Amino acid sequence: MSDTFNLGGKQFRSRLIIGTGKYRTFNEMKVAHRASCAEMVTVAVNRVPLDRKTESFLDHLDAAMQILPNTAGCYDADHAIRTARLAREALETDWIKLEVIGDQVTLLPDNEQTLEAAKILVKEGFIVLPYFSDDLIMAKKLLDVGCPAVMPLAAPIGSGMGVQNPSNLRIMREQLPDATIIVDAGVGVPSDASLAMELGADAILMNTAIAESRDPEQMATAMKLAVEAGRLAYLAGRMPKRLYASASSPIQGAIK
Amino acid sequence: MRIEVNGEEREVPAGLNLQTLLEHLSLPQQRVAVELDRKVIRKADWTNTFVEKGARIEIVHFVGGG
Repeated sequence: MSDTFNLGGKQFRSRLIIGTGKYRTFNEMKVAHRASCAEMVTVAVNRVPLDRKTESFLDHLDAAMQILPNTAGCYDADHAIRTARLAREALETDWIKLEVIGDQVTLLPDNEQTLEAAKILVKEGFIVLPYFSDDLIMAKKLLDVGCPAVMPLAAPIGSGMGVQNPSNLRIMREQLPDATIIVDAGVGVPSDASLAMELGADAILMNTAIAESRDPEQMATAMKLAVEAGRLAYLAGRMPKRLYASASSPIQGAIK
Repeated sequence: MRIEVNGEEREVPAGLNLQTLLEHLSLPQQRVAVELDRKVIRKADWTNTFVEKGARIEIVHFVGGG
């Protein structure tokens, strides 16, 4: 099937983007990554510990994967911009998952600061993929400043609550038919991923749902299938919802 | 002289550049990035960027994340 996912001048077969956090072991992560067939993984930028040796985390990632560094842990545009610049220097990549958090309890995004950071980073040549609240107007603003995709949340990061506001996603899809929409954060189970794809998301980014499952390898496989199923269903076009029944078998000609 | 590295106060010899500072701290030099007083210093410029007293340095690498 030639249904490829195009982003930042690259073509991906997989529409599942996965994280690298919270795995119990590196091996568990590697096995899950392989099972997911994802071609892009997120990583976080963090201070190097000064008092102990650390092994290079990146060595545990498949070299063929597109690495997407994030600006997790940043609470204003300035910190996010600095983090993005550091990531670019260390990884020699222009790709950045822009995340500016507004609050420590909910980890909900600060959309205003996200937009400010996006403007500057796009000008500096970054491929900016912003995490933001599932809001159409915000999506338009982020696209207007030059983000090649927008990444609305389904639910708070790590909550596993699934798509909390399917109408917002539907509206975003309908009003922005040409935009690349990646649902980022909040997926808990494969049906959540499927639903987001059925609603027209172009891809899904998830971490905790796989990493915190009892068997990440199995869950990664399940998520892969769910994303594919949801995508196929979206392309196929769903039947209309009706309040009342509509018989599948002919009513005329049944014996009396 | 005293400088700040990754939020920690450190006593280091005077006259270090960024490359020799990383060596002094026994830190890896591959796939890390260095910020001096809030400005990223490209790896090519490490040897000609000297660390002054009171400098604030951030040295980052990559860890698991979502």
